Amino acid sequence: MMKILVCISNVPDTTTKITFTNNNTQFNTNGVQFILNPYDEIALARAIELTDGGNGTVTVINVGEAGTEPTIRKALAIGATDAVRVNALPHDAWFVAKQIAEYAKQNAFDLILTGRESIDYNGAKVAGMIGELLDIPSVSVIKKLDLKGNEATVEREIEGGKEILSIPLPFVAGTAEGVAEPKIPNMRGIMSARTKPLLVIEPVAVTINLEVTAYETPAPRGQVKLVSADETAKLVDLLHTEAKVI
Amino acid sequence: MPVLVYTENAGGKFKKSIFEVVSYARAIADELKTTLTAISIGDVKADELATLGKYGADKILNVSNAKLKSFVNQAYASVVAEAAKSEGADIVVLSNSFSGRGLAPRIGVKLDAGVADGAVSLPDLSGGKFSIKKTAFSGKAFATVELTSAKKVIALTPNSYKVVDKGTAAKVEDFSVDVKESDFKAMLKEIVQSTDKVSLPDAEIVVSGGRGLKGPENWGMIEELANLLGGATACSKPVSDAGWRPHSEHVGQTGIAVSPNLYIAIGISGAIQHLAGISRSKVIVVINKDPEAPFFKVADYGIVGDAFDVVPKLIEAVKAYKATA
Repeated sequence: MMKILVCISNVPDTTTKITFTNNNTQFNTNGVQFILNPYDEIALARAIELTDGGNGTVTVINVGEAGTEPTIRKALAIGATDAVRVNALPHDAWFVAKQIAEYAKQNAFDLILTGRESIDYNGAKVAGMIGELLDIPSVSVIKKLDLKGNEATVEREIEGGKEILSIPLPFVAGTAEGVAEPKIPNMRGIMSARTKPLLVIEPVAVTINLEVTAYETPAPRGQVKLVSADETAKLVDLLHTEAKVI
Repeated sequence: MPVLVYTENAGGKFKKSIFEVVSYARAIADELKTTLTAISIGDVKADELATLGKYGADKILNVSNAKLKSFVNQAYASVVAEAAKSEGADIVVLSNSFSGRGLAPRIGVKLDAGVADGAVSLPDLSGGKFSIKKTAFSGKAFATVELTSAKKVIALTPNSYKVVDKGTAAKVEDFSVDVKESDFKAMLKEIVQSTDKVSLPDAEIVVSGGRGLKGPENWGMIEELANLLGGATACSKPVSDAGWRPHSEHVGQTGIAVSPNLYIAIGISGAIQHLAGISRSKVIVVINKDPEAPFFKVADYGIVGDAFDVVPKLIEAVKAYKATA
């Protein structure tokens, strides 16, 4: 029986316009819809496929306060077996990785999946940190994951190509597009999600080493300079003499 | 205490992004009035190693252990952390490349260091603090993070710091380190290079196509334009979702974030998720037949017109420019 742990984040919907409050020191959550991190959906989908037909269990774990429970319930509706919520604000990747590693130490898992990164802080650090804390291999951005017994074959993205690796269980991997198609919960899933176990545990103490002190949005660009479809030579000239990029 | 920079190689060569991290680490070392040590792992020839000196490395530690010839995340992290310890380095700098993203968190845990990933600026040391600007919300914003630990790991976003040729030279030393057997559990089977051209994350010019191109059979002109400009091709999410192009070309919030000097968007409307992935481009050119396409609002230059009319003309114009350049 395969035991898979999928780490999930509660993040602003991809269509969110990002703004800040308190003199640009806080993310403005006013009116923001939160969703299951899209990369984590891929991790969850693959975990469900790998344990299909009663071949194992999928536990989802989230570090968050009670407000993240709708996202956790969504993961259960998609098909996770059970869920754990570490009752704390996810301060940063290090804090989150420590909580998850602590839980994983007490509940041996064959495979730990995360999304390649969360779409809010884009750290891509949690998988590597958990791997180091548990002293098991970690792979940062994978495009494919297949299992044969205790041996996995994964494709890792590199600049301009991929690496194919063979890794024995257990290990940690960050999933990207290609690993699986995200699953949409069906009515039965949504109904059963209400009664699936959701364990709430308290966080362990962590020495924090990173603080976000300010935010800013990219500087606005000037007015667009339009050229007509018959003036492509003028555009090339502008790119050369004015923008100096070719 | 020197600054340590990990210089990853691709097939025994250093890419421009590595010269950027060396230049960046040099600037930090100058600020702290200290020296810069580089560490290279794998099969890199002496003359290639020597190029790191030009960009400001004072010393290069060369790890040529046969077992470490190809990248193994766990083992490489151990080597870099050991080098930091033996050099007494409090600051480790590396590229926020695919491999760098795997190494930085492990090195951070090993050294008990805060990790600033995706850095886009030099650290601000004012007031005795150590603050760095990094990308956040998938390119929709930046966050300034303060690292409060004694040791720090910084992963620099490619194309966010200039290469500075100092014309200096470095001495190369062999560095050997014992790595525990359990660090070698992951085994590299094969490297598949999908392109012999410049890769998308490294590209200084990106030519990107959207649904406006109507089908994968029409990508010939996108590729031709990219080739002419020495750039890489990319696409929007609907295009990779439809299977017209591979996922590795998908630029946007849930794909790759790019920061080229020139981004040319063809037949892409400019949904907020796509714009997130390209907001750090220096110059943006938009070609779209819809003058109301949101992409024009963030573009520097634009042509309102049908891609099938404009792109061939643009190709001819680039050819004419190249013939005279």
